[in-house]
Amino acid sequence: MNPAAVRTQVRRAWAIAKKDIRIYYFKGPVLIFGIFMPVFLFLAFSMGGRQLPLEFLLPGLMGMTLFFTSTAVSPAIFPWEGQAKTLERLAACPITIEAIVLGDMAASALFGIGVTAVTLLIALGLGLPLLHGIVLGSAVFLAAFCFSALGIILAAPPTNVPSNIMMLSSLLKFPLVFISGIFIPLEQLPAWGMALAVCSPLTYLTDLVRYAFTGAHYFPVPIDIAALIAFTLLFTAGAMRLHRRSLPRRV
Amino acid sequence: MPGVIEASDLTKIFGGITAVDHISFDVHEGEIFGFLGPNGAGKTTTTRMLTGIIPMDGGSVTIFGHNMGRDPVLAKQRFGIVPETSNAYVDLTAWQNLMLMAELYGLDRDRAAQRSLDLLETLGLSERRDQKVQGYSKGMKQRLILAMALLHEPELLFLDEPTSGLDVQSTRMILSMLRALNTDGTTIFLTTHNMEEANRLCDRVGIIREGRIVAIDAPEKLKAAIDRLHQIEVSFDGEIPAEELVSLDGITGAERRGDKWQITADNPDQAIRSLVSFSGRHGAAILFLHTLAPSLDDVFLRLTGEERP
Repeated sequence: MNPAAVRTQVRRAWAIAKKDIRIYYFKGPVLIFGIFMPVFLFLAFSMGGRQLPLEFLLPGLMGMTLFFTSTAVSPAIFPWEGQAKTLERLAACPITIEAIVLGDMAASALFGIGVTAVTLLIALGLGLPLLHGIVLGSAVFLAAFCFSALGIILAAPPTNVPSNIMMLSSLLKFPLVFISGIFIPLEQLPAWGMALAVCSPLTYLTDLVRYAFTGAHYFPVPIDIAALIAFTLLFTAGAMRLHRRSLPRRV
Repeated sequence: MPGVIEASDLTKIFGGITAVDHISFDVHEGEIFGFLGPNGAGKTTTTRMLTGIIPMDGGSVTIFGHNMGRDPVLAKQRFGIVPETSNAYVDLTAWQNLMLMAELYGLDRDRAAQRSLDLLETLGLSERRDQKVQGYSKGMKQRLILAMALLHEPELLFLDEPTSGLDVQSTRMILSMLRALNTDGTTIFLTTHNMEEANRLCDRVGIIREGRIVAIDAPEKLKAAIDRLHQIEVSFDGEIPAEELVSLDGITGAERRGDKWQITADNPDQAIRSLVSFSGRHGAAILFLHTLAPSLDDVFLRLTGEERP
């Protein structure tokens, strides 16, 4: 066994993911935050005066749920572990920082996918037809990793105070929801809004989810998928690079 | 003997301050190496560089020939680490912590389970293995950390103040385990403030002061080196001529303190022989004779510039 081999490191990343799920995700408040936050936002908009149709809002809710759940805990894991000194233990173990980040991403992505599956069941239960299941599955899988990596990037400042990171995380997450075509269709956005929307990975997920349920889309499906892949790779590489630099200042 | 740890020109700078200043030393296979120094001398920073927790700003470290800068995973695979502060996951049970370590070190499931059972039994944690670590006492946490460090049967063990603040039972258990491990061939790098512990356990000690190594040697050699003039206390059952006492071979000075004489000797062996024949010549029996060799505490205080008050 070569401990530095990619296959071995991926196995060790999975050990990190299992540890994260056990410690950070299987907790009532985390599950409640992940589910209730998008539900309340959805209710606020669906009960408003805009009278948007359910087939428009429910795909948005799914996208938003995945976004919020995949970024709910991942920004706080590094600060928590830095504070508890467990990060120092991981840093002394034969696992690369890239594998630690990958493990954190996998846990966060699985949590996001799990909670989003609940909203999928709600959408199906409300009679929304699923037209393109494979597109939906691929989009959710890709976006879950993309958002998880984004969450981990947010944890890069070398502070061990989780509330600082969560504040930074909220500052970024909420505006993204409003520029990603969830509550306002992309075609209705002004030019500056559109310029912002194309910079948000959530835009492409929402477009794909809407396509999966209604067949309608703003960008071509391959463009949406390519954009999600590009964002995922960019965020993953960024998260690994940034944490390689910040880890020594955190332990 | 091959160097298990080879540190060369190791340097760390924090914000313009040199915390570790171009230090070099080797730790040999099968030895217990004590790393001593006052607070802020650079012990922890050095240990963190040796274990790859923080990067070095200069120099190099090899562990069993693996360069920590180039092949950190291969180097880390070969050692276990016991930090001063317990860093087990408190939301996991002892068993879950051990299984996590097993996966991070690539142990197969059966071996991991067997090793975990053995270590928990040896360290007296078997009955609490399924309890979350947050309910453990400090001693139990430290014993668990030792179990986690030993799970993959490392050939090298780093320990940072392993018995600091522990109860007598946990301290004894850990020290006796360290001796047994060393007897079985494990090399041990021990950072400690406890001079008695270092004196009893270590084959060699390195003393660091202001980021620089000021001495590395066996404890007894260090003790001998710091005081060229040894002190001997002696008491006779009658009066003896003081001027003759001072002129004896090996003796450079004598001072009366109550019913004892405090002798300063440049050659303690010669001085004791002279005292014995001197007592015979004058018919004054020796009631008491005591050599006052410096302790490792004295060595430490002398070399770190912190003389006793």
